[in-house]
Amino acid sequence: MRDQDHPVGSHSGFNRRDFLKGSGAAVAATAIATGEAEAQAKTKANVVPARAVDIKLKINGKNETLKLEPRTTLLDALRNWLNLTGCKEVCDTTNCGACTVQVNGKALYACSVLAIECEGKEIKTVEALRSGDKVDEVISGFVKHDAMQCGFCTPGFVVATRTLLDKNPKATRKEIDAGLGGNICRCGTYDGIAACAMEISKGGA
Amino acid sequence: MAEREVTWGPRGSHTLIGKEVSRIDGVEKASGAAKYTNDMNQPGTLFARLLTCTHAKAKVTRLNVDKAKAIAGVHTVYLFKDIGENAECNYDGELVAAVAAETADIAEDGVRAIEVAYEVLPHVVDEQDLEAARAAKRLKYDDDGKEVPLVDRTVGDPDKAIADADVVHTGYYGIHTISHMCLEPHGAHCTWDESGHGPKLTARHSTQAVSTTGPQFASQFGLDASDVRVICNYIGGGFGSKFAADIWGWAAAQMSKDTGRPVRLMLDRATELKTPGTRPSGFANVTVAATKDGKITAWKSHHWGTNGPQGGTIDGNQMPYVFDPPNKHVVSQGIATDCGPNRAWRAPNHPQLCAITDTALTDLAAKLNMSPVDLYKANLDQLDDTAKENSKLYAAELDRAAELMEWEKKWHAHGKGGNGPVKRGLGVALHRWGGQSVKCSSEVRIFADGGAQASIGSQDLGTGTRTVIAMVLAETCGLPLEKVKARLGSNEYVYGNPSGGSITVGSVTGATRRAALEATGILFDKVAEKYKVDAKTLSLGDEAVWSDKKKVCSWKDACRLIGPEPITATGPSPVADGLTSKLVGGVQMADVSVDTETGVIRINRMVAVQDCGLVINEKTAKSQVYGGLIMGIAYATNEERIMDNNSGRYINADMETYKLPRIGDIGELIVEFYQPDSEYNRGVVGLGEPPVISTGAAIANAVANATGVRVPVLPMTPKRVLDALAQA
Repeated sequence: MRDQDHPVGSHSGFNRRDFLKGSGAAVAATAIATGEAEAQAKTKANVVPARAVDIKLKINGKNETLKLEPRTTLLDALRNWLNLTGCKEVCDTTNCGACTVQVNGKALYACSVLAIECEGKEIKTVEALRSGDKVDEVISGFVKHDAMQCGFCTPGFVVATRTLLDKNPKATRKEIDAGLGGNICRCGTYDGIAACAMEISKGGA
Repeated sequence: MAEREVTWGPRGSHTLIGKEVSRIDGVEKASGAAKYTNDMNQPGTLFARLLTCTHAKAKVTRLNVDKAKAIAGVHTVYLFKDIGENAECNYDGELVAAVAAETADIAEDGVRAIEVAYEVLPHVVDEQDLEAARAAKRLKYDDDGKEVPLVDRTVGDPDKAIADADVVHTGYYGIHTISHMCLEPHGAHCTWDESGHGPKLTARHSTQAVSTTGPQFASQFGLDASDVRVICNYIGGGFGSKFAADIWGWAAAQMSKDTGRPVRLMLDRATELKTPGTRPSGFANVTVAATKDGKITAWKSHHWGTNGPQGGTIDGNQMPYVFDPPNKHVVSQGIATDCGPNRAWRAPNHPQLCAITDTALTDLAAKLNMSPVDLYKANLDQLDDTAKENSKLYAAELDRAAELMEWEKKWHAHGKGGNGPVKRGLGVALHRWGGQSVKCSSEVRIFADGGAQASIGSQDLGTGTRTVIAMVLAETCGLPLEKVKARLGSNEYVYGNPSGGSITVGSVTGATRRAALEATGILFDKVAEKYKVDAKTLSLGDEAVWSDKKKVCSWKDACRLIGPEPITATGPSPVADGLTSKLVGGVQMADVSVDTETGVIRINRMVAVQDCGLVINEKTAKSQVYGGLIMGIAYATNEERIMDNNSGRYINADMETYKLPRIGDIGELIVEFYQPDSEYNRGVVGLGEPPVISTGAAIANAVANATGVRVPVLPMTPKRVLDALAQA
């Protein structure tokens, strides 16, 4: 019989997220030291308490200031503080791509970075691909090819597809398979997603 | 009232029904605007995190939440377990406590601050080793302690038939447990509000059963069913596992009641895989006998497996699957394991039954030096009771699938898959399903301004339910799709069936068609009176009312006759009026390559030929079949729950090591509906489950055909493939 277990929810032992969130304090300290108020600059690294700090983010062209704990992931900040819920929390361990957003034009899992690490960067979410009735061709392509069922992975796939085609407008099927291989769908919509991407890229032609 | 005839109308007469129509909520989903339970951010929402048991079998001996409660930002702690009476934990991942806090991170701090200790008890999590289960006394026993099977069924004289047979094949087959892996985990966002005359509890609940979970919340809290509102406009996957309010739903409601704040409680990914259900495993030793012409004369199988603590396994009564030889003996034993419980998983039992039957039949065919297609055809006159009406249908579907697969051109004998290290082969399997509509209503309203809506307390699992409701309403009213509304996702609408068992499409379309025909019949009376025409001659189309091909008035003009009270009609399901029916077949074929050096299987092509009566929306229906094939590729090649015998834990409960196919892993998928007039004429039949059933067996058979070696247990991971090749 073990008398005392380390209570860590359903996780076991050390995990990436603990490391990521633990490093948030150090990142916060660095940000403050290189940044603003002098009084705060005296704060020693690694002793910043887990208290909320101002985090300035540029999201979909808009400047937002959030008061968040430094350990807050970009995913948490977007979904739960800015109500940009197009990026979904699914694996929370950078495996599935449901939280894919663009940071400085690159596809990034929003669960893999802290919000505070994204200061000064251009963040674009799936919501930026639609303005009223005007939608990005990737969204209309997903609808046309029925590249969705339950829809929970879909916005992540849309952002990944948009980013891939921005970078490689003539992507071949092989390149699409590689470029979208970081996203997981459970319902089985890959065929429609590939058809959509192939149509926009004209099959690599 | 002008009674409109209740039919779907002649084939080819429709503007929407049977066409490829894009789903009406597609832009919402693809643009991230669709709000799921996990997206609910009502002002003041608290976030919950869970403490779960880290042992397969244990008793909680200490549980102190004081330190958790003392954390700034933690509002409440809910206990699922406690020391004393409710201390027993029966599997890794069972819920122990939940913490609700201002942020998810603070809630996690709270979970970590809980002091918990367990008395760890011996466990059994091995679901494949029958002898070990016997030694551990984990089978079923009678009152005298004598081991008894779950099923022990004999028909005819199988031993004599086997002795008399021209060919006898014996083999071992199996299929492991898998999880549902809903991308949106189970959970609820609950708001308790006793301030007014509205519902006291609003549960935004990720559910396949909007109309039936309210009472489960109500009874738990001593509320009237009418005090609970359940909302689910979008659900991120269910696959059979989301029918109940569930203890975590109750916890969210209780914590909202305790704090006066909305509470969002979603299972974390590991708990999502471990706790809210799995698909049971099945393993079997099979003997099957036949004449030299391939007529199956006898079947014997001894089954075992687990569905968790209950000690069940797959349904032995349905063995062998689809085929029904005159002599058979089936014994089935369940192992009570300290693993997570089971829940219905898309086509409960069928994928496992198929993966054991159709594999053995392909091996029998190989022994007869026959193509399995020919073996199937030789036995279409001995199908089980639910499949026997499908005999001609299977023959036609086998022929069509063979054409699409280029079977004749590609077929080679068992094990002749090439001389190089990569072997290529073909496999086939077939299935059956019910899919009959059930109790469900649809309320149609037509307004004086021309608006039309259908509302049902149903839900759209991603199958396109919202879209087919709108299509049927628009078709019946002669309106374009965008001019009608389909409302679902709330228990304030008329009763809708829980969506499980491929029963929804028939239920909602039948009910909506009936309601819309009745509502427009009432409208016809008003038009007849105003325009002095015979109501019986009226029809709708192109946003107008017609009498014998002459336009009487526009739809808008007709609706102006309605007045302030909208026309309201409620249509029922099921009704034996020909709009819906039941029973489908379906054939799938696989063309795979097996790398005998690495054990990796690649899908070259999958073919699915599926019947489902009258297809309402060809586009979303096809998506169901694509999805079935891809889920089938998953459980055939890599997807499984891995239990560690030593620790008793589910060790791959994450999305890195619980392997699912990615976009590059699916090969070429060819989907076709078998729909001659006879299919159209029998009305709508459900489709959700059938296309996932025979995929695993078809792929397994293709691997055997390629390599000449049976990989006996699914999923056929590279290790299992290499092990099988090494043992051959």
